[in-house]
Amino acid sequence: MDVQAIVFEEIAEVAARQKKTLQPFNVDSPLLGIGLDSLCFAILVARLEERFGVDPFEDPENDSMPMTIGDLVNMYERVVA
Amino acid sequence: MNASSPDGRAPTPRLLDLARGARFCDRDLDVRADDLIAGAALADEAPRLEGKSVLLSVSTQVHAAVGMLELDGLVCRLVVAPADLARDHLAAVIDDAGVDFIVTDTPEKFEGARTTTIRLTLPLGKTDATVPRRHETQWTLLTSGTSGRPKMVAHSLAALAGAIPPRTKADESVVWATFYDIRRYGGLQMFLRAMIGGTPIVLTSVGESLVDHLRRLGAAGVTSISGTPSHWRRVLMTAERGAFAPAYVRLSGEIADQNVLDALRAAFPKASIGHAYASTEAGVAFAVDDGREGFPVSLVETPRNEVVLRIDGGTLKIRSPRTASRYIGPDAPRLFDSDGFVDTGDLVERRGDRFVFVGRRGGIINVGGLKVNPEEVESVINAHPAVRMSLVRAKKNPVTGALVAADIVLENDARAETVRDSILELCAKKLERHKAPAILRFVPSLPLTPAGKLRRDMTPAPEESADA
Repeated sequence: MDVQAIVFEEIAEVAARQKKTLQPFNVDSPLLGIGLDSLCFAILVARLEERFGVDPFEDPENDSMPMTIGDLVNMYERVVA
Repeated sequence: MNASSPDGRAPTPRLLDLARGARFCDRDLDVRADDLIAGAALADEAPRLEGKSVLLSVSTQVHAAVGMLELDGLVCRLVVAPADLARDHLAAVIDDAGVDFIVTDTPEKFEGARTTTIRLTLPLGKTDATVPRRHETQWTLLTSGTSGRPKMVAHSLAALAGAIPPRTKADESVVWATFYDIRRYGGLQMFLRAMIGGTPIVLTSVGESLVDHLRRLGAAGVTSISGTPSHWRRVLMTAERGAFAPAYVRLSGEIADQNVLDALRAAFPKASIGHAYASTEAGVAFAVDDGREGFPVSLVETPRNEVVLRIDGGTLKIRSPRTASRYIGPDAPRLFDSDGFVDTGDLVERRGDRFVFVGRRGGIINVGGLKVNPEEVESVINAHPAVRMSLVRAKKNPVTGALVAADIVLENDARAETVRDSILELCAKKLERHKAPAILRFVPSLPLTPAGKLRRDMTPAPEESADA
């Protein structure tokens, strides 16, 4: 499964539904610097939980929050089989 | 209104007297409390306000801070308007609190209001006026009521400041900051703490990005800082958090779960991290600093500092000298039960030697610190012609603590895939962003109580999909 492609697709979808203008971004972009606010990220994480069937934030091994788009992709890559 | 202390307690000093040496700033302004003693921000208008009921409605937090310091002791009742007080509610607040004057930096916003406005001006001007501060001002804070109309909660300065220790030598090296707005209870606590400690406090500015704000906190040398778990999760998602190194990190206002406590511990390994329980009505009840979620059972068994906790039907109740005095307004509900306890509405569950918070009675959903009444959302969804009924509930979320989710029963001839978008559009049009459901589930039926009401304590588990 191409986790990164799905994360990017969901970012675009949330931005469109929340009427936010996305800045061009890549895996190194800061999460809160691409035009989405924290409510958008909350919704994004809920949607990704739906898509992947897991919530990596609930992983007891995880004690950090993602800071870049790449961090977010990695979190899902680690838990998606 | 009565000018002196109504309950016969010894008069408390005025906030301005307590705040000697303190200062506060935002992005644009830096004000020393000592410069306010002559009432310069109110020019020569201060004497008109003596003993009156005053609504403080200003556009920035520094203006709010100046207003609070100037007005405590001068006016009989100080009603602090939050930044987002809706125009629809303004008239009710003015009527219910018997407001005589509005103190504001933007009088043009109140053109057409029947109440006289008095201008609060910054930077400070010069005045020769002597300001009489001989009243025991009743502070009135607004809290979001479940029906959308704000509730007004009356406090004395003594109760508001009840959890704040007196000034010590250690305060000399402290620089406070808060992510809260000081016009709400949680932020006001931090503001009063800084004023009483005689320390600087760095306030947020309207429209400032989190990155710019964090850099400003770093530049100001902030040592102690408070915010909600949602504020802190945003900070944890920002590389610029390295811009500052607080010695004390405090959380309150929402459930501080183990995840956010652990993430803060990892991000700020040298900081002392504590979470506090407080509400506008119940005041500051307790602080927990062992890094674990919830609070020790011993706090219930052995009351501390005159704060008595009671778990009643799973709900936390609090009796304390720091609770509010009462609600203000006609039809105002009683604040206390017959034993003098305030019902917080927060549900707790015992796990071993801890009580942990599990949500709100009545299903109130807290989305990043903003409260959502499920019935309000349900009434919007139910207005859709294809919807028979709906149940709105919280879905746990690692960014905002919770999101709004809706379980929907459609009319027989309606199909989920064809109405999904129009339900979401309706919600987007009628509701504020944080209230619109992020997740819709279509279910064949919803559980009811024997009395025929929606059961809010259980949810069905069919197909689920995120949609916002």
